[in-house]
Amino acid sequence: MGRKLLLEKAHVENIRSYDVYRKEGGYRSVEKALKTLSPDQVTEEVKKSGLRGRGGAGFPTGMKWSFLAKPEGVPRYLVVNADESEPGTFKDRYLMEFIPHLLIEGMIVSSYALGSNNSYIYIRGEYAWITHILEQAIEEARQNGWLGKNILGTGFDCDIFVQRGAGAYICGEETALLESLEGKRGNPRIKPPFPAVKGLWGCPTVVNNVETIAALVPIINEGGEEYAKIGIGKSTGTKLISACGNINKPGVYEIDMTISVEEFIYSDEYCGGIPKGRKLKACIPGGSSVPILPANLLLKTAKGETRMMTYESLADGGFATGSMMGSGGFIVMDDSQCVVRHTYTLARFYRHESCGQCSPCREGTGWMEKILWNIETGKGKMSDIDLLWDIQRKIEGNTICPLGDAAAWPVAAAIRHFRDEFEWHVTNPQEAQQRNYGLAHYADALAVPVA
Amino acid sequence: MADEIKKAPAAVKVTIDNITVEVPAGTTILNAARQIGGDVTPPAMCYYSKLEGSGGKCRTCLVEVAAGSAADPRPMPKLVASCRTTVMDGMVVKNITSDRVQDARAGVVEFLLLNHPLDCPVCDQAGECHLQDLGYEHGKEGTRYEFNRRTFEKEDIGPTIQLHMNRCILCYRCTYVADQLTDNRVHGVLDRGDHAQISTYISKAIDNNFSGNMIDVCPVGALTDKTFRFKNRVWFTKPVDAHRDCPDCCGKVTLWQRGDEVLRVTARKDEWGEVKSYDGKPGWICNTCRFEKKKASDWTIEGPTVINRHSVISQGHYLNKQQPKETIQEVMGGLKPRLLMDIHEVSEVNKLELSELPGAATSQQYKTNSNESSNKTV
Amino acid sequence: MNSQFSEAQLQEVKRLTSRYPEGRQKSALIPVLHLAQNTFGGWLSKEVMDYVAGLLSIKPIEVYEVASFYTMFNLQPVGKHLLEVCQTGPCMLNGSESIIDYIYEKLGIRPGETTADGLFTLKTVECLGACGYAPMLQLGEHYREHLTKEKIDALIESCKSNRANA
Repeated sequence: MGRKLLLEKAHVENIRSYDVYRKEGGYRSVEKALKTLSPDQVTEEVKKSGLRGRGGAGFPTGMKWSFLAKPEGVPRYLVVNADESEPGTFKDRYLMEFIPHLLIEGMIVSSYALGSNNSYIYIRGEYAWITHILEQAIEEARQNGWLGKNILGTGFDCDIFVQRGAGAYICGEETALLESLEGKRGNPRIKPPFPAVKGLWGCPTVVNNVETIAALVPIINEGGEEYAKIGIGKSTGTKLISACGNINKPGVYEIDMTISVEEFIYSDEYCGGIPKGRKLKACIPGGSSVPILPANLLLKTAKGETRMMTYESLADGGFATGSMMGSGGFIVMDDSQCVVRHTYTLARFYRHESCGQCSPCREGTGWMEKILWNIETGKGKMSDIDLLWDIQRKIEGNTICPLGDAAAWPVAAAIRHFRDEFEWHVTNPQEAQQRNYGLAHYADALAVPVA
Repeated sequence: MADEIKKAPAAVKVTIDNITVEVPAGTTILNAARQIGGDVTPPAMCYYSKLEGSGGKCRTCLVEVAAGSAADPRPMPKLVASCRTTVMDGMVVKNITSDRVQDARAGVVEFLLLNHPLDCPVCDQAGECHLQDLGYEHGKEGTRYEFNRRTFEKEDIGPTIQLHMNRCILCYRCTYVADQLTDNRVHGVLDRGDHAQISTYISKAIDNNFSGNMIDVCPVGALTDKTFRFKNRVWFTKPVDAHRDCPDCCGKVTLWQRGDEVLRVTARKDEWGEVKSYDGKPGWICNTCRFEKKKASDWTIEGPTVINRHSVISQGHYLNKQQPKETIQEVMGGLKPRLLMDIHEVSEVNKLELSELPGAATSQQYKTNSNESSNKTV
Repeated sequence: MNSQFSEAQLQEVKRLTSRYPEGRQKSALIPVLHLAQNTFGGWLSKEVMDYVAGLLSIKPIEVYEVASFYTMFNLQPVGKHLLEVCQTGPCMLNGSESIIDYIYEKLGIRPGETTADGLFTLKTVECLGACGYAPMLQLGEHYREHLTKEKIDALIESCKSNRANA
C-alpha cells in the first residue's frame, strides 16, 4: 500500500467542511510557514522536495518560483490553474470537490512564499458547482482568520478569488489562462516575456496546477527533504492519477511513484483490471496529448525493463518507444477498441479547441481531423497516412503554444505504433465498418536487443 | 530591473546566415535581418513594425537559433519567431541556410494557402499581395488538400472598405490599427479556431477617419479599397508620390494613376511593404486623403514612386526604364506590324473616367456607358 | 425582452468587479456574461452583450470577441433544457455515441437541434473532465454521469415535469 499525502483524509466524513478539516490537522502548514519560516525558506523547502509541476509539463516548481521577478512596489500574483481540460484528466476536480480546504491551505502558504496578496483560482467554466464549493471554503477560511488582513498576526495579507472560465481547453495554457482572467479571448501570449516577469495585468505571476499547490501542504508539514524521500529518483512525492477507459475501477488514485504500470492496471487497489475478460490493447498514460503506447511497450520498456509509474520510466525510450507522465490522465483501451476512431476523436477535440491564432494549428488541426475521418469511414488512401505524418510534423514545434504539439503527438504516436491498423482501414474499407481490428500483435512480447 | 532600463542600449553582434551585423540591444532577429536585407530577411505576414503587439502569429518568419549568445552558445531547441525574439550578443541565426527552417516555412505557406480561395484573377490585391509573393517563393505547385475550402458569409463593413473574409490569414494587423489609430474599435476577431474571423458582429459600418489604414496594413486581399474596386489591375497603374496640406494627417501619399486619372490613393510604403515613417512617425493617412481626393489637381506631384524592379508593379513605372531594342520593323522591311484588331474599337475600357465612378467598376457601368454613346450616335 | 439586471444582480456585478485592481474591471467579463446568460433566457443576444459592455465600461466588440470565443456562451437561443453530451476519446470508449443516438431516438433531435416545443436542445461538447464516470452529459450546472438508457429516460421525464433544472 503506497503512501497517501493528498487523499489520505479524502474519505473522512464531511472533510469538505472547515471544522472537520481543521480537526484532522488542516491548516497546520499555514501556521508553520507563516510563524517559523521566511518566504524564501518556504521556496527552499519546495526546491528540496523536488516537486515537479503536476499540470503536465513536470517542470520543477521550486525553480519556477525562483524565476519570479520581484521589483519594488509592483504586486505579484499567484494564479492556480484549475482549468482541467485534458481528456482523461479529472484529478483536480476530485481534489477540489472533496477536500477544497487542501487547495486553499496550499494557496495561502504559496502566496506567502511568493508575496501574493491577491491570489486567483481559474477554474474551468463547466465545473460550476465546484466554484460554489471553493467559494464556501474560502469564506470559512476567512471567517477563521486564515485569509484577510494580518493573518495569524504576522502582518501577511492574503485573499483568494475564484474565477470561472467558459469552455476553452486552451485556457489551461498559462498565458491563455491569464488572458482569460483579464476578460479577454484565450489567445496564448507570445513568449518572452514569461509570466514570471510579465503575467497577470503585466505583473510578475506564478501559475501552478491545483495538485502542485496542494502538495505544498505535506511538503511544509513534513519538510522538503522528507517529501523527497518518497518516490524514485527525480519523481518525488505522490502523484494523482485519474484512470479511465476500459478498466474495472475508473477513478482518481494517489500513487507514490514506486509501482509498475502493470500493477496499476491490474491490482485491485487501483484500476482492478480490464472488464469482461477483455485484453489490454493500448494506453495513453498521461492525458490525451501524450503518445499512445501498445500493450507490449506500455508494460515493458524497449530495453525489456518493467515500466514504472514515474516521470522517467514512462518517458523511457523517448517518443520512439516511450510516452509521458503528463497530467496523469490514464486512458486504457481494451482489444475491442479502434485506435483510428479514438485518434479521430482526439483530432476533433484539438481542432475544436485551437484558438486560431497561429496558422499551423488553426489550419493543420482541421486538416488532420478530416483525413482521419476519411480513413475511419473507409474513404482513406494509403498516401493519407503519410500525409497525416507530414502534417503533424509541420505543426509540431512550430506553433505559439504547446497545443500544436498536443495535437500532433497523438496522431504521430498512433501512426508510429498502430500503422498496420490504419493500413487495414484503407485496404479493408468495408470490413472496417463492420468490425474493429482487434488486439492483433499489440500485446506480443517484443524482442529485446542484446546489449 | 530598473537599472537595466537606464543602461544605454549597447550594440550587440548577431550573425545571420553567416553575415554578421551590429545592432542595438533589444533589436529583434527580424529587424537585424532587415538591416542586412536581401534574401536573408525572413518573410513576415503578421508582424508590422509600426503596430505595437503585432507579430508572432503567422509563423512564416521562423528561424533557427544555432547559438543563443556568446555567453550561452547552446542552440534553441525549437525554431523561433524572428519577429518576436530579441538578439543576444554572439547569437548565431540560420534562415536560408537551414533546411529545418525551409521545411517549416514551406509547411506554414501550405497551411496559409490551405483554405485560401486563390481568386487572384479577381482580387484587387493581386500584384501587391504578400501571400502571392510568399507562395511564389516558398509554395509548391498544387495542393494536398482534398476538401472543400472554408468560406465565410459576406459582411458589409461600410462604404469605403471591402472585407473578403475568405482571403484573410488572421494576421490581426487591422485590429491593431483600429486600437492604436482610431478611438473606437468596432471590429475584431470573433469565433475561434478554424472559424475565427474578422467581423463587426453586427454588420456595422466602420466609420473613422483613419480606418482606411487597415487596407494598407492588410497583407492580402481581405481588406481592399472599395473606391478602387475592380477599376484596374495594379500593374497597369502608374504610382507617383504626391502630397497635400492635410489638417489631419501627414498628407504624403502614393497616387496610383492611369493617364491623368487618380484611381487610388495609398500611404507610401517602404521596401518591406510597411507604411513609411516621417520624422520617426509612421505616415498613416486619413480617409479624406485616401477616398475623397481623387483628382490630380488635389495634389502636388513629386515624381514617380520608386518600385522594386522585381515587382510586377514596376511594369507601369517608367523611371530609367530601358526599352528592349525593337527589331521587328527592320525585319519587316520598314513595315509596321498589322494588329489583328484594335482593342479600342471593341472595348470601352479606356473611355470611362474610372476615378469618377462612385463605387466598383462593374459590367453594368460599361453597359450604361455604351448605351449612352450608342444613343448619342443615333 | 427586458435585459436589465435586478438590484441584487447589480450588487453581484459590483462584487465581481471589486475582486480586481482599479481599472481592471474588464476581468469580470466572463463571470458577468455567465450571470447574464443565466438571467436572460440561456443565451446572449446582441442587446444583452451591449448592456454588459456598458456595465463594465468596455467596447461592445470586446464583449462579442469574448462571447464568441468560449463554447459555453450561446449566441443563439437554446431550448429550456440544454443537454451537452461529451463525445471526446474516453467518453467515446464508453459509448457516448450510443447515448447521442438514443437521445435522437427519444427526442428526434441531432446535435445542434432543438425540439419543436422548445424544451430540449442537444449539443455535443468536448471533454468535460468526467472521463472516469463516462458516458456523461451536462445539464445546467450539473453533470449526469455513468449514463444509461434508463437514466436518459428518467432525465427527460424529470425535465418535462420541470424538476431537473431547478
